Amino acid sequence: MSGVSGTPRVRAVRASAARTSCTAVGFRSPPVYLDWGRCSRRVVPTAPHTATRGSVIALPRARALLATFAAAGLLLSGCAANEPGVDADYDGPSGRFNASGSSAQEAAQAAWISGYQEAYPGVTINYSPVGSGAGRANFVEGWTVYAGSDAALDEDEGPLVSCADGATALNLPVYISPIAVIFNVEGVDDLRLDPDTMAAVFNGTIGTWNDPAIAALNPEAALPDAPITVVHRSDDSGTTENFTEYLHDTAPDVWTEEPSDTYAYRFAGADGNQGNSGVVEGVRNGRNTIGYADASRAGGLSSAQILVEGEWVSFSDEAAAAAVAASPFAERADEHDLVIELDRTGPAGSYPLVLVSYMVVCSEYRDAGDAAFLTDYASWVASEEGQARSAESAGSAPLAEATAERVREAVRSIGADG
Amino acid sequence: MSATTNGSTDAALRGRRLGDAVFAGMSRWAGALILIVLAAVAIFLIAQALPALIQGTDEGESFLAYVLPLAFGTVWAAALALAMAIPVAIGIALFISHYAPRRLAAGLGYIIDLLAAVPSVVFGLWGIQVLAPATVPLADWLTANAGWIPLFAGPASGTGRTMLTVAIVLAVMILPIMTAMCREVFLQTPRLNEEAALALGATQWEMITMSVLPYGRPGIVSAAMLGLGRALGETMAVAMVLSPATVISFALVTTQNPATIASNIALNFPEAHGLGVNTLIATGLVLFVITLAVNALARWYVNRRTVG
Amino acid sequence: MSAITRANPLTAGRLPRWANLAVFAAAAVVFGVGLGLTAAAERAEFPVPAFVITTVLGYLVLLVVLSRVVEGPRRAKDRLMRNLVVAAFLLALTPLISLIVTVVGRGAARFDITFFTESMRNVTGEGGGVLHAVVGTLEITAAATLISVPIGLLTAIYLVEYGRGWLARAITFFVDVMTGIPSIVAGLFAFSLFLLLFGPGSRMGLSGAVALSILMIPVVVRSSEEMLKLVPRDLREASYALGVPKWRTILKVVIPTAIAGISTGVMLAIARVIGETAPLLITAGFTQSMNYDLTDGDMMSLPVFVYNSYISQGVDAQAYIDRAWAGALTLILIVMLLNLLARLVAKIFAPKLGR
Repeated sequence: MSGVSGTPRVRAVRASAARTSCTAVGFRSPPVYLDWGRCSRRVVPTAPHTATRGSVIALPRARALLATFAAAGLLLSGCAANEPGVDADYDGPSGRFNASGSSAQEAAQAAWISGYQEAYPGVTINYSPVGSGAGRANFVEGWTVYAGSDAALDEDEGPLVSCADGATALNLPVYISPIAVIFNVEGVDDLRLDPDTMAAVFNGTIGTWNDPAIAALNPEAALPDAPITVVHRSDDSGTTENFTEYLHDTAPDVWTEEPSDTYAYRFAGADGNQGNSGVVEGVRNGRNTIGYADASRAGGLSSAQILVEGEWVSFSDEAAAAAVAASPFAERADEHDLVIELDRTGPAGSYPLVLVSYMVVCSEYRDAGDAAFLTDYASWVASEEGQARSAESAGSAPLAEATAERVREAVRSIGADG
Repeated sequence: MSATTNGSTDAALRGRRLGDAVFAGMSRWAGALILIVLAAVAIFLIAQALPALIQGTDEGESFLAYVLPLAFGTVWAAALALAMAIPVAIGIALFISHYAPRRLAAGLGYIIDLLAAVPSVVFGLWGIQVLAPATVPLADWLTANAGWIPLFAGPASGTGRTMLTVAIVLAVMILPIMTAMCREVFLQTPRLNEEAALALGATQWEMITMSVLPYGRPGIVSAAMLGLGRALGETMAVAMVLSPATVISFALVTTQNPATIASNIALNFPEAHGLGVNTLIATGLVLFVITLAVNALARWYVNRRTVG
Repeated sequence: MSAITRANPLTAGRLPRWANLAVFAAAAVVFGVGLGLTAAAERAEFPVPAFVITTVLGYLVLLVVLSRVVEGPRRAKDRLMRNLVVAAFLLALTPLISLIVTVVGRGAARFDITFFTESMRNVTGEGGGVLHAVVGTLEITAAATLISVPIGLLTAIYLVEYGRGWLARAITFFVDVMTGIPSIVAGLFAFSLFLLLFGPGSRMGLSGAVALSILMIPVVVRSSEEMLKLVPRDLREASYALGVPKWRTILKVVIPTAIAGISTGVMLAIARVIGETAPLLITAGFTQSMNYDLTDGDMMSLPVFVYNSYISQGVDAQAYIDRAWAGALTLILIVMLLNLLARLVAKIFAPKLGR
């Protein structure tokens, strides 16, 4: 394999420097001479009580090596400076809880978890951003105490192992993020796209920037005569699902494909990148590009205004939360199962191009400890401080007070079986 | 000399046989364990893949239609990477073994081995941030001036996430392994053959073509197969850099590139559930079979050469 | 007193020693001026990549033509191939230098004490560190080594010392096959195995170690086999002649002689798996806090940390990107250290064959 010296070469024995003292690394065995001419001491098979016994491998530098390893070991075995551990008189909740799910929520979950762990250092919550599908599957199988999911858990996704018998899953909307339509065209700072034009751009029907449809909506913009590169997600994602749902609801004649988490259209100008950051990078580093991404990650790129009931709206936290607050809850078996049916045509002044992500919990837990932790944590998540925290660290839009109150009410209804 | 004259000899013999038996058994079982593990992996793959092989994907299309573009993309990307890497690897190996000054040669070898130290995630990051934007002007030039060749058909991608970029990244990744193996092989060339060629008045290049390259051909093929195996299975770098589509296309610089099997699994596994998981594992089985075929081919070629 | 000047037979019909340099300089000047003038005429930037490519191509063409005229076709070909070989080397250096410059340049931003003494617990935005990932990587890799080295070494011993017949041939073939297992398939297999054995809660560092050892074993077997084959037969036969049983010969004579190559092979196998992301994503999972227990709960590892930091960023994107690059730099340094260690060990332990 690479790096290994080939056939051992015959080397002339160096007469000079061989008089260094050797450290015997003893094998308790009949001695075998392995160093030919290097050591100044020769080991001779003698009676058992002789101090020097065993074969000798010349290691003049062994002590130095050993010292380095010991130092490195000490350095690494130390605890993290930011994890002081739990005081002796700590009497709050403790334990480790696992959760998994949507990667869109990851930053927000990190914010909520860190807030909760700061208050209760005895608790460790591990949220694995493995994706909504895997998150829901993990929750159904009982491996996690809650799931983060961009789509609601359907009643027919299997029997819930960690929930009590007869319990159902509750979907609690906890994360709202507007989806920004970002673009990077030299010389163009503002762009307005109505649903039909947007759908046509994103499915390849409109191929150049100075197309009459775009120009009609943006008379002052200096649109170049260049092909449009549409940057979309190459991995399955809830952002794609929400974006395609918006396009399908508002422009069904142009965007004919059903909404799904895989981007459906493939054409010469469509470029698939991995992850939100991939799409943002693709738009930023490319030329004459347009794409869709979580608004919190849009980092400095210009975004388009969308047409909502005759008005041009830019994305903002308040507008996004207003769109969610104006949408009705779906009809579900449990009155606390708060699945939102987003009205993508939205009330005027709201920004209905949003992603709503849920925290999927049991209505009743088998284990009392799980229930206690969950109710405490979920009420923190839905509280004003919790939402402010995620807005600050993850860029989400805080829940409108009405929605948050319904969520908190649902959390209060969670119990434990026995 | 009877064994009973010295009781310790008897015991020593028994101990020896026991030690031999135990040690031989341990090593045999270690080998068998590898076979068992591999059999377990194969059984696991087949068991998980079977539902997908029978029913097709969860969107209703047949499994063959799903996996064909992926298999094509895998082989195409690996072949491109190999085509780029083989001449460069042979060149570097020749440089280190025959052209560079003696004292420099070892150091140079180590510098190339540094490339082997870089994990694939880092290659992915480098590919996205540095290489992809850098290939955009090249892609523009190619589609503008050589667009009539199907390989360079336009329109060029504006972001650089193309098969060309991926092939370059894969080539850079497999270069150190291939170079190291070729270097070892070239260094093993019998000096007598080399010196005989030089004594007959050959130039250095003629000496190389006459004695070094023919002697090293099986080694070069082994190195190529090693590199091909690595390129076929590369996951993270391709997943991060490529802009995938379900097409069978030879165009190198457009946005519609065939995905590879490993990167497809990495991208879609998180959101997959039910039949989707089975489909992905079935594609993993197909990749396993492709790699097996490549290895068998390489082994057959090398053995044919050395025996004959 | 003859005034006839005779050509020096050693240098006649040859280009002077400075010919390469001169032709290169000439090509650079010609193309530089040409491209500069066209750039100025079009008011565009001076095209550096085009300049480099045209200079190199022009230099090669000019040199070959000149050499062919003066020296003859054989020497011209020799010159051409010599330059191509050097060009191949320089070509390979370019991505390496670009990579190193990128990683060091972008990774240096967070290469501080905090980075190595803190985990990511309760960190959203700036700050935080990579200690949990480094500890996780070291523990998981150590466990993988503990699993794969005994198995791999014993298998190599079997193949070299004992193996005759169908079992040895099967093992050799399937070890080759094992080198081709995609890393994500190994991860899926380990995940399913642990799921079968432990049910829910099967995410643990040990599962990641098993996945990595599936990837390591073929490398260890292959390199150990090569090294054991290199031990001279005389040594073994001398040992047998002295009445040493076969197993003792292997343990006390063959292995210590080959220990340099074997440990190099092991270090290289470690260096190969330490950067694997995909299997660890599935098996060992994620955590932001320290976890020292291989058998209990998710464990973070360095490549997963780098990947995750880059793919999912928070509002303060630059902090995440900085951490990703600094993590990448750490990973490269660890692997480089292992490579260096491998060479050091090979040098220290290699038996000196001189008498």
